[in-house]
Amino acid sequence: MALKIVKGSIDRMFDKNLQDLVRGIRNHKEDEAKYISTCIDEIKQELKQDNIAVKANAVCKLTYLQMLGYDVSWAAFNIVEVMSSSKFTYKRIGYLAASQCFHESTDVIMLTTNQIRKDLSSPNQYDTGVALTGLSCFVTPDLARDLANDIMTLMSHTKPYIRKKAVLIMYKVFLKYPESLRPAFPRLKEKLEDPDPGVQSAAVNVICELARRNPKNYLSLAPLFFKLMTSSTNNWVLIKIIKLFGALTPLEPRLGKKLIEPLTNLIHSTSAMSLLYECVNTVIAVLISLSSGMPNHSASIQLCVQKLRILIEDSDQNLKYLGLLAMSKILKTHPKSVQSHKDLILQCLDDKDESIRLRALDLLYGMVSKKNLMEIVKKLMLHVDKAEGTTYRDELLTKIIDICSQSNYQYITNFEWYISILVELTRLEGTRHGHLIASQMLDVAIRVRAIRVFAVAQMATLLDNAHLLTGNMQRMGICEVLYAAAWICGEFSEHLENPMQTLEAMLRPKVATLPGHIQAVYVQNAAKLFATVLKNQEGNTDSTAAQETSQLMIDRLPLFVQSANLEVQERASCILQLVKYIQKLQQKDVEVAEEVCALFAGELNPVAPKAQKKVPVPEGLDLDAWINEPPSESESEDEQPKAIFAKEEPKHSRPRHTEVDEKELARRREARKQEQANNPFYIKASPSSQKAYQEAPGVEHIPVVQIDLSVPLKVPGLPMSDQYVKLEEERRQKERADKKKKEKKKRKEKRSGRGRKHDSGPESEEDITPAHMVDIVTEEMPENALPSDDDDKDPNDPHKALDIDLDNLLEAAGRRPLADSEKLPVRAHRAAEAPKSPAEDGEAENAASQEPKKKSSKEKREKKKDKDRDRKKSKEEKKKKKHKHEEKGEDLLGGQADEPVVQSEETNEVAALPTSTSAEVSDLDFWLSNAPVPSNTQEAATVAEAAPVPEAASGTAPDSEPEEPKDTEMEETKSSKHKKKKQKKEKEEKEKKKKKKHHHHHHHSDGGGEESVQNGTVEEEEPLPPMSNYCLLAENSYIKMVYDIQGNLQDGSQVVVSVIFENKCDSFLKSMEFNVLDSLNSKLQRPEGSGPHDGLTVPFQLPPGVSNEARFVFTVQSIVMPQKLKGTLTFIVKNEDSSTHEKLDFKLHFTCTSYLITTPCYSDAFAKLLESGDLKCSSVRLEGVIMPFHHLLARICFHHHFSVVERIDSCASMYSRSIQGHHVCLLVKTSGQTVSIDAKCDEPTLLGNVLDEIKQTFSQC
Amino acid sequence: MIKAILIFNNHGKPRLIRFYQYFAEDMQQQIIRETFHLVSKRDDNVCNFLEGGSLIGGSDYKLIYRHYATLYFVFCVDSSESELGILDLIQVFVETLDKCFENVCELDLIFHMDKVHYILQEVVMGGMVLETNMNEIVAQVEVQNRMEKSEVSLFLDR
Repeated sequence: MALKIVKGSIDRMFDKNLQDLVRGIRNHKEDEAKYISTCIDEIKQELKQDNIAVKANAVCKLTYLQMLGYDVSWAAFNIVEVMSSSKFTYKRIGYLAASQCFHESTDVIMLTTNQIRKDLSSPNQYDTGVALTGLSCFVTPDLARDLANDIMTLMSHTKPYIRKKAVLIMYKVFLKYPESLRPAFPRLKEKLEDPDPGVQSAAVNVICELARRNPKNYLSLAPLFFKLMTSSTNNWVLIKIIKLFGALTPLEPRLGKKLIEPLTNLIHSTSAMSLLYECVNTVIAVLISLSSGMPNHSASIQLCVQKLRILIEDSDQNLKYLGLLAMSKILKTHPKSVQSHKDLILQCLDDKDESIRLRALDLLYGMVSKKNLMEIVKKLMLHVDKAEGTTYRDELLTKIIDICSQSNYQYITNFEWYISILVELTRLEGTRHGHLIASQMLDVAIRVRAIRVFAVAQMATLLDNAHLLTGNMQRMGICEVLYAAAWICGEFSEHLENPMQTLEAMLRPKVATLPGHIQAVYVQNAAKLFATVLKNQEGNTDSTAAQETSQLMIDRLPLFVQSANLEVQERASCILQLVKYIQKLQQKDVEVAEEVCALFAGELNPVAPKAQKKVPVPEGLDLDAWINEPPSESESEDEQPKAIFAKEEPKHSRPRHTEVDEKELARRREARKQEQANNPFYIKASPSSQKAYQEAPGVEHIPVVQIDLSVPLKVPGLPMSDQYVKLEEERRQKERADKKKKEKKKRKEKRSGRGRKHDSGPESEEDITPAHMVDIVTEEMPENALPSDDDDKDPNDPHKALDIDLDNLLEAAGRRPLADSEKLPVRAHRAAEAPKSPAEDGEAENAASQEPKKKSSKEKREKKKDKDRDRKKSKEEKKKKKHKHEEKGEDLLGGQADEPVVQSEETNEVAALPTSTSAEVSDLDFWLSNAPVPSNTQEAATVAEAAPVPEAASGTAPDSEPEEPKDTEMEETKSSKHKKKKQKKEKEEKEKKKKKKHHHHHHHSDGGGEESVQNGTVEEEEPLPPMSNYCLLAENSYIKMVYDIQGNLQDGSQVVVSVIFENKCDSFLKSMEFNVLDSLNSKLQRPEGSGPHDGLTVPFQLPPGVSNEARFVFTVQSIVMPQKLKGTLTFIVKNEDSSTHEKLDFKLHFTCTSYLITTPCYSDAFAKLLESGDLKCSSVRLEGVIMPFHHLLARICFHHHFSVVERIDSCASMYSRSIQGHHVCLLVKTSGQTVSIDAKCDEPTLLGNVLDEIKQTFSQC
Repeated sequence: MIKAILIFNNHGKPRLIRFYQYFAEDMQQQIIRETFHLVSKRDDNVCNFLEGGSLIGGSDYKLIYRHYATLYFVFCVDSSESELGILDLIQVFVETLDKCFENVCELDLIFHMDKVHYILQEVVMGGMVLETNMNEIVAQVEVQNRMEKSEVSLFLDR
């Protein structure tokens, strides 16, 4: 064996490690691929060896090769092997490789579940950490389901290092396994207040991620986040929270009001630009959500805009960029405040940085007015000419169109100018946005009647020069405008000056090279033109012209009849036959023009894009019902729905065709290029610089030749838009002069009204009248259109599954507590092994007794009515009180929970118990209605404490006990004000308990988690002092050991001792060995094969100042008596120059308490237990206990592993269970400083000892 | 969320790639190429944010990068991250590397890709920011390195 290891390590010396591999690759620059393939062969050999070190080395190298683009999924199984190594070094390598190359369809992933679970519960926190990190990258739905529970347990781990990782990974688990969100959420929420800032930040992170997708479910957390925001100093956390508020404010404007002040303060006070920027952003979001116009808010806007201006003026390009980005958000709601900074933004258009120019472009949208539109667009057109990259140029193009077309062409005064701009844009090479230009042309031509003559003339020229647009393959995108041009010329052919020429242009053979959908439009519109031409020609005496036209059609159309495109073919052959028939008639001298024109008579009205969607469904029509039985599946797949509005809305129908065509074309082109590249006989065309830049693989090596394009490509015969700018200028001047004259005439005539529907431009601009009398036809909508403007969510969004209502979970657990199906799955065999807890019985009973409960609640309601009647008398008094409350209202933030209940009770006097929904809403409402914000949350807390309302915690109303009816009655009358809250609390607690029942097998020694769970019962009371169950084991100048003992529920004979070792000296501590002298009753569990006196190696070393935790398992036989075991820790203290052997003796004290396990119990099960009479009685009195009752209970719960079954005023029943199934029941009562505890247990010795220990606990404090 | 972290040099050679969403290897390489193409043609005095990477994500995603000497550090993030925050994070990460490698240079990243990954794992986990405090990161990395060393020495001892 030893020989083998030695041999292995010698082998290893000759293996390449990662460094050698990298070096080798660098030395083989010429034949890298070949070298790597030999390396992969070597790696394959190495993976076949048994030695894990060799395997790990091989896997490490594979990780590197994966980065270079090699698929290493074939080694997935080997990676799993390395992951399961017991050595941290190898494990880490394995997990790293897995995180780089595993994904959902990696099949070996399912083999990892148990290994990961083992690592998660490893005593070494770094094993756990590595497993969590790895898992975060490759978690699958299966892994998430199987491990959710383990990870949730880790959220309460003692080490913050593990806690924060566990909290973060929960987000990934939620995504893959949404069912885990509800059960895990309460604990996640707890972590928002974790003492460790890292954990807190992780929790904030996760909740922000969740809330971003489904903000409405997290609105109720606003008060908590608000508290965090005002108290946290961690900028990272603050940024996240502030961003979250930005997402929440749109849902709740009142939240915004509350936020403005603290955010403004932060803006003034912070020095961190990142924080400042996020604050500004959120203030903007708030302002957007609020109705504008309030005086104090305009100040906030000014502040924001001011700060943003500072950012934009900064020399740091990053700040400039962000400033512009935020500015564009303000623009949407407060355009005027942004407009005053127009100079700055126009300046940014000239920035050398493309990102900044893009952002400035966004802002331009809001900068334009009737006055400056032409000027701005002219500037943009200059940029279009200069722009190098296609992305930026395309962006410019879309922006120009956006700016001009916004709000129904509000700012366009001269449509001739606009059409010529559009025509100029068609000269762009290689743009993707041809269809955008086309749809604008169509839209303008259809909706602005006055422009049709001009538009048709322009389009005719375009068609005439079509070869310029289609000359080159790269211009495919732009040929879309021909679609528009052809349609416009056809539809409005009566305006054409020379229809015959256009007809010829449309029937050129070259047209057949255009995409099919464009050809189809050509053919159809050629027919329309034909009709117009005929009409014109028939008026003449000479009939030959008309016959020649028909002949032209008959000559040219067969080309289209042969088209591969079905649409073209069909239309062409129809029209061809029609023309042939017309020709026949013409030869007989029949006048046909009128009838042919009738084919295309009628005006097309524009239809709003959403019109179809908004047609209301008639009553009684079920669109989902089958009209006929569905045909077989294969058939239905073939039937693609056809676009209905192909003509009016070309956007709808075309993309599909073009996409397919273009993809296919691109593929073929690529293939052909490859072929040509490899063909030595092919004479290559020198590629244009543009092309080479985009497609050549080794860009760096090809010198980019700048082609001087200073002479802009001009389409002959087209007017330049520039001249319109001048013309417009002149026109306006003239108009102004006219107007002055008119004014002198005291406005004898009223200015002719404009046909414009939207005339809401700034007042100064009213002066500019459009050049044409423009009639913008509004788009048609169906009658009875539904006003809904539903923006449907993407059904594939993974976050949709996380849209889970969490409020009831948080506030009023009663509405929808966790159903059984929602609990996290625990490993099945464990659950079977676990002895049945009484709580489970209780639960079953609960279910059975639900019916009677309902009845009882009815009775209660009636009782309440009576009470209410009584109360009316005292109403007057109460009202006074209420006024007092209101006076205080401003700083009563902390008392929020009580207040709304009081209010609602007074308003719904006779009403039955208000539903928990309203209560919870009113909680938030109340918090939100407190407009002024207390600057100091502590202040609020003290006020809350001082509130004169006695707190009664987990007392219960709905499932009251048979044994304590009096108490319940009394309580109801006494504090019905708080009943609802109590119910909530109680249910919340129950829920926690239920969950705990599921988790406590995994609770090893997480004091932190335990504490917070117990805190749940007394949340709003005085804060508990910090408590820890760890007590000192032994200490010397080198090391300190503290320990805690927890029972193991799965095995009635085991307890787990968690020992934290803390290195107190400046030296390195290593080789620690932990040994205990076993007694007959208790034994340390040692690994198989070791003797009964061998020590256990502590699985870590301690650098100076570091502490770490190790766990040791002991088997015990009898648990009724406490016990002490003697033990020794030996270790080596290593200095730089010397090392010494040291030892430390200790005594492990196994108290009876440590055999108890916190087990929740339902009150009815508890009652049953007491009635059964199997239990022996005992009692104890504690004198001079001066702590609040809830502290006392919390202490018993925390230190002695009890849980509160019920609490009524100063009396509480508690329950716990030993690892061997003994029930321990306590009834704790307090009066003054005396506490009496009556206890029952089926094992009197155990009970006696436990009581002694409790007494001990309280004598110490 | 952070969708990907890429480190490559001035010639586009990857030095570390970390995707928090699955892409096949060839797609990963394509993304690296595209990102390099976008980033490398930008001057050093322009802003560190980039939109328009078509391969990763949609309009919600941004590339945030920093250029140090011969290396580009590129983070692809969505809108839930603060832009300036991520820039700071890159700085923290690089400073951490500098501490752990003592005057880090490209060669360290070339030969110790695994170590760089381990450091990154202490900063970002599963696409979410885990720790921003440099001292804490360095401390955790060092403890783990010591564990590794002690295990290796144990192995050689036997």
